[in-house]
Amino acid sequence: MERDLTHIALFAALVAILGLVPQITLAGGVPITAQSLGIMLCGTVLGAKRGALAVLLFLALVAAGLPLLSGGRGGIGVFAGPSVGYLVGFPVAAFVAGWIMERTTLPAGLAAGAASVIGGIAVLYLFGIPGMAIVLDKTLPEAAMLGMAFLPGDILKAVLAGFVTQGIARMRPGSLLSRA
Amino acid sequence: MLTLTSPVETPLHRLPAGAKLAALAVFTLVLFRLSSPLPLAGAAALVAALHLPWGRTFALHALRMLRPLWPFVAVVALWHLWTRDLHGGAVILLRMVAAVAAANLVTMTTRLSDMLAVFETLARPLSPILPPRRLALAFALVIRFIPTLSDRMALLAQASRARSPRRPGWRLAVPATLAALDGADQAAEALRARGGSD
Repeated sequence: MERDLTHIALFAALVAILGLVPQITLAGGVPITAQSLGIMLCGTVLGAKRGALAVLLFLALVAAGLPLLSGGRGGIGVFAGPSVGYLVGFPVAAFVAGWIMERTTLPAGLAAGAASVIGGIAVLYLFGIPGMAIVLDKTLPEAAMLGMAFLPGDILKAVLAGFVTQGIARMRPGSLLSRA
Repeated sequence: MLTLTSPVETPLHRLPAGAKLAALAVFTLVLFRLSSPLPLAGAAALVAALHLPWGRTFALHALRMLRPLWPFVAVVALWHLWTRDLHGGAVILLRMVAAVAAANLVTMTTRLSDMLAVFETLARPLSPILPPRRLALAFALVIRFIPTLSDRMALLAQASRARSPRRPGWRLAVPATLAALDGADQAAEALRARGGSD
């Protein structure tokens, strides 16, 4: 019980500090941050349920007024802005990534990479793009065009999530709760 | 760690957090019912008026919190100039800016502890599966461990720079995750030694 609670809390903190890492700017001026890497890791390392709870805990603290979203954003205002779909999708993305991780028998790194692409990108965009379409009152294809700017960075992060999970599987096999 | 609550004390700080959140919910619902620029401009002016009496520092803080919106405002404005649909563009932009600014105003005038207390009250119906004490402990653990993990990241980055001229960047992701896992195991042991989480 305690172990579940502390893992959920520490991974919420991990998502927060990965958002504080200075963002790098890809060609074309699209900023990418490590925050969505943290979301993917919540799922691939902690598993579906704990991963989703860690992300929900993180979002609750953001809503309560801590500037923990990348770029120092936070407060209730971010849930009224154009990124609201991505925020709603975060816990679902972690859940789906964790669910896939728990159910495949592929090697940890490969499974985590695939789980991150499906959960952390496909599922996340399924929420993020309609969210943008609603707030900005655009059609889905128009919102998708805006959202696709983040795709190269997100693919990079999914690959990285695969490597990190593989590293954890090698160094702390007992801590890879998604496979425990 | 700094919160987004404004250090400038306003009379709004003294209103109960639950009431402010309820008012915000109603205001946001009304915003999404309005569909012509004039009433929306009125709503936006109302939000602006609630910012102004508290001085320059407060108003500038509020403007800074709106900064992440400007790229979206620019894209929508250009789009609607190009399609010559100024009416539609004004509705979208006024609604979005007013909704976000109103929510930011609640955040700026409510202390973190008050807001968390509201969340804990709202979560009370879930108490059979989520005991309120465990939720409060989870909030406290995250708030405590953000600076700890952040210091750990800074140390890892320094150590990496001492060994190599390359920037550490993504190489820190594995040790950072390990730090979170080890911290979780240690905190769990410490909690158990002190009688558990409930």
